[in-house]
Amino acid sequence: MDVENMYYHGRINVPYKWYVGATGSRFLVGLRDGKEFWGITCPKCGKVYVPPLKTCPECFVPNEEWVRLADTGTVESFTVAHYSNGVSPSDIPYVLGLIKMDGADGSFLHYIGDADPADVKVGMRVKAVFADERTGNIMDIKHFAPVNE
Amino acid sequence: MEKVGIVGVGQTIYERRKTDTFAELVFEACTSALADAGIGIQDIDNVVTVSNDFWDGRTISSMAIQDAAGAWEKDVSTVEGDGIFGALYGMMRTLSGSFDTTLIVSHVKGSEGNMNLITNAMFDPIYQRHLGVDATTSAALQARAYMEKTGATEEDFARVSVKNHGNGVNNPFAQIRKKISLEDVLNSRKISEPLKLYDCSPISDGAAAIVLSNEKGLARFKKDPVWILGVGHCSDSYSLGYRDLTFPRALQAAAGKAFASAGIKNPLKELDVAEIADAYSYMELIWYEGFGFAAEGAGADLIRSGATAMDGALPVNPSGGLLSAHPVLVAGLARIVEATLQLRGEAGDRQVKGAKKALAHGINGPCGQSHGVFVLGA
Repeated sequence: MDVENMYYHGRINVPYKWYVGATGSRFLVGLRDGKEFWGITCPKCGKVYVPPLKTCPECFVPNEEWVRLADTGTVESFTVAHYSNGVSPSDIPYVLGLIKMDGADGSFLHYIGDADPADVKVGMRVKAVFADERTGNIMDIKHFAPVNE
Repeated sequence: MEKVGIVGVGQTIYERRKTDTFAELVFEACTSALADAGIGIQDIDNVVTVSNDFWDGRTISSMAIQDAAGAWEKDVSTVEGDGIFGALYGMMRTLSGSFDTTLIVSHVKGSEGNMNLITNAMFDPIYQRHLGVDATTSAALQARAYMEKTGATEEDFARVSVKNHGNGVNNPFAQIRKKISLEDVLNSRKISEPLKLYDCSPISDGAAAIVLSNEKGLARFKKDPVWILGVGHCSDSYSLGYRDLTFPRALQAAAGKAFASAGIKNPLKELDVAEIADAYSYMELIWYEGFGFAAEGAGADLIRSGATAMDGALPVNPSGGLLSAHPVLVAGLARIVEATLQLRGEAGDRQVKGAKKALAHGINGPCGQSHGVFVLGA
C-alpha cells in the first residue's frame, strides 16, 4: 500500500522548580552575595567537593565542614565545541572545561572564556569571572578566564 | 548456579529515519527473535521492555509498546537504560524460578528526537545541565583527559573508527557501510574537539530482541542455546568531575565479575570475539583497559598492534560497532545479538571463524557511567 508518510510535530514543555537542598543553597548564596566559592569536606576521606555534595559518594557518609575556596583553578580537560544544541552558547565555537579548583578535589564544569580557543591548554591557570547581576545559579559565574600568575 | 541460555535473537536493520513506528519496530524485532527461536508468543512466560522517556518523548514509554511486544496478559516488567541492563534483568527473572522463558526487547528512534538536547537532560540540573553539556561535549572532555594521561593521539582514535567502519561494510544490519581512511577521519568536520565527525557514532533507529530460557524451559526449543557464562554490572559516580574519566573502574569491576564466573583469566587470549560500546572512537581504547585487554594507559598500543582487527588475536566489533550504527538503548542488546550470531557461526561476512567465547558490552550515562558485561559461550 503506497501512502504519503505523515509526521506529527510535538514538543514537551514542562516547567520544574527543583529545591537545590540546604547544601546547594549555601553554595549558590555564596556565589551570588559574595562571589565566594564554598566547598564541603568529607569527614572520612577529607575530599573537598565543589559544587558541594551532601554526602561523599566514595565513603557514603554525610559531608560536614565547609571550607572557603579561592576562585582560581587549573584546567584538567577542555573541549572546543563547534555546535550549539540550543542550551549551550549560540556563539560558536565555545570552550567547555573541567577545572580543578584550588583546594578542592574533583573538577568543576564551566565555560572557559576571554581566551582564543586555540590557546586553551590542559594545565592552564584560570580564575572565575562573575556576572554583574547574580541571581543564585551556576550562571552567576560567567566563565573562567586565563590568569598569569 | 542454574544456567541461562540465549535461544533466539532478532534485530531490525539500523537506519536513520526509519518509516516504522515504535510499535512496528518492536513487533519486527520480537517476531524475528521468536521465529529464530522456533516458538510462538505463547511459549514466552514473561516480557522485559527497555526504553527511555526522553528518547520516546512520552512518560512511561516502556508501557506504550507492550502490545507490540506480545506482553498482553503476560507478566511484564521494564528497564530504563541500555538494553544490556534489560538482558541482565531478564536473566534474573529467568533464574528466579517464576518464569522459564523471557523475551527482552529494546527500541529507539534517534532520528525523531534531538540527541543533543535529550542527552543534555541526563546531567545534573542545578550545576551542569544549564551549561549545555551533552553526550558529545562530555565525551570530548573525556577524550582530551585520556589523551593527556596516556599520550594517545587523535590518530589513535581515528584508527578505531577506520577499523570499525571497515568492519561495518560486512554487516547488513549496519547503518553506515562505508570504508574510510585515517585521513577521512582526521579531516572530517570538527564537532567538539578533539572529536570529529567520524569519531562520533551516527544517530540510528531500530530495535533488537532476545529470548532467554532456563534449563527447564529448553524443552521448548530445537536449536542449541548460546550460554551466558558470566555477567557483571557496575556503576561509577554520577557527577561529571567526581570520577576519573581516564580509567573506567566501573568497567574493570563489571568485567572482573563476568570473567571470574566465566573462568577467564586472560581475556585477550581466551575470548574469540568482542562487541563493545564504541559510542565515540576513543571509548574503545579506554574500554580495552577496563576489560584488561591492555594495561592501564596502553589502549592505544593495542589498536596500533592490530590485535583487535578482524585478523587479530581478538577481533573487536566485527559488526562495525556503534560507530556504524548507534541505536541508543538498543545498542547493548544488539551487541548480545551479534555475539550470539558469532557463536552460532551465523554472522555471515563478519563471522570470526570458530568463535567459541564472546563478549558483549553496553554502557549507560555520561562517558560510560555504568557498564554491563556478558560473556557468552557456544
